[in-house]
Amino acid sequence: MLVLAIDAAREPAISILFRGNNFVRLLGGLWVTIRISMISAVLSIPLGILFGIFMMRKNPAAKAVSRVYLDFIRIMPQLVLLFIVYFGTTRAFGINLSGELSAIIVFVLWGTAEMGDLVRGALSSIPKHQYESAAALGMTPMEINIYVIIPQTLRRLIPLAINLITRMIKTTSLIVLIGVVEVLKTGQQIIDANRFAFPTAALPIYGVIFFLYFFTCWPISLLAKYLEKRWKN
Amino acid sequence: MKKSLTVIAAALVSLGLAACGSQGAKDASQASTAAASSDAAVTEGASKAEGTSDSAQESKAADAKDSGAASSFRTVDEIKSSGTIKIGVFSDKAPFGYVDDKGEYQGYDVYYAHRIADDLGVNVEFTSLDPASRVEYVATGKVDITLANFTVTPERAEQVDFALPYMKVALGVVSPDNAVIKSVDDLKGKTLIIAKGTTAETYFEKNYPDIKLQKYDAYADAYNALLDGRGDAFSTDNTEVIAWAKANPGFTVGIETLGDYDTIAAAVAKGNTTLLDFLNDEIKTLGEEKFFHKDYEETLKPVFGDNTDPDSMVVEGGVIE
Repeated sequence: MLVLAIDAAREPAISILFRGNNFVRLLGGLWVTIRISMISAVLSIPLGILFGIFMMRKNPAAKAVSRVYLDFIRIMPQLVLLFIVYFGTTRAFGINLSGELSAIIVFVLWGTAEMGDLVRGALSSIPKHQYESAAALGMTPMEINIYVIIPQTLRRLIPLAINLITRMIKTTSLIVLIGVVEVLKTGQQIIDANRFAFPTAALPIYGVIFFLYFFTCWPISLLAKYLEKRWKN
Repeated sequence: MKKSLTVIAAALVSLGLAACGSQGAKDASQASTAAASSDAAVTEGASKAEGTSDSAQESKAADAKDSGAASSFRTVDEIKSSGTIKIGVFSDKAPFGYVDDKGEYQGYDVYYAHRIADDLGVNVEFTSLDPASRVEYVATGKVDITLANFTVTPERAEQVDFALPYMKVALGVVSPDNAVIKSVDDLKGKTLIIAKGTTAETYFEKNYPDIKLQKYDAYADAYNALLDGRGDAFSTDNTEVIAWAKANPGFTVGIETLGDYDTIAAAVAKGNTTLLDFLNDEIKTLGEEKFFHKDYEETLKPVFGDNTDPDSMVVEGGVIE
């Protein structure tokens, strides 16, 4: 049943957050957001590193393939990619992927492309003399990579990778369009179910969602800061 | 310069690939449906031999499969044997489809959905839909039925099959108590607030070009304009204005129904005749017991109040009077 206006109107709108299971539902929605973005991030970082190394190859075919892949993913809005994977696979091949799996596929494709480009950028930003000096010390190419290049690359990558992960977390707000109810949609459901009794509930609920996103992304950037400091020496 | 040319070239290549991709996908789907329909012919032959199915229905279903439309829908028998029906509803359009404070789906559409599941003897699994993706969900068989306040339009009817309607909607006009607009004639020389892209906009522009319109992008802005007195009245779907007037003392819906009725109906995948026939039979049976009036009492009356005539929205037995 809908809750009606008359006697409820005097309570502050934020109180609807504590009615029924609303707050727990909002946290449940946040968990969906975090789960999808973390699975995608964990998969796309190693894949992106491999892709980045692949992009450094001088082979023209490899260059063309990675260029097309990267630009395709970059040019396509994430929403279009989500629709292609979620509805397109069903229309074309009769494969019925769940919304959450489709979201993870798209986010991994996207994350791998972006991460790959970041890795490529970080690798090519290492000055040539680093390779040459290491070689002059008698290191093998493998040792050069392990002891000289990769540590420097990782440090340069951290802020960029963190930026990518937080962007992923925020982009999960699109997946509601393929039927995955995450934190933002849960918030909208709460606002709407109470819209007759609390017409002004939108602002406080969106405010709470803002803090939920903030407290999700903030620890990640703290971790990044810590790692950057630690790996400096 | 050279770099930007490379980027443009890459963009063109990837667009070209994308186009080829969808073309290839179409070919593949046609090939697979062709294969599927030959299989279907075999099983049909078998089921006809058993005398269990209506041949007219079977051939219609087969036609739909041949036309290359997505044919991943489930028949009534398949739904029954799986034990669960998948129904797409709104989760943020109170009081038609919404999620209550306990996390349960509620509303006029949801009440009907539960009844459909009960009469099929299966459980119901709800999917939260957004307006833009309603056609696609049912066309690809991701849900068996779309029951999300889905207005019947000729364009949509090309992509999905609509069952008989269970609700109707017309325009309504809300205005302040001290200057109630009771007919369109009262609007002469006054300013009417409308939301852009709604049926109200097209209706007034086409039929009453002399009424001055004040247009807003969002409903919230339009309502605020009315509250501030920037216009004399506001018009949109009657369900919407009636609910709003109920929650905002000092405003009355002077015109409850205006213009042609649009009907609202359940939709199934194109060619899913068994499910469509089930829904149409169900609507007729439910009409006899006045099911949708009961649905109105339970879900809409608390919002629309005692003074609203249920017959301005409810349709029984699929018949519009």
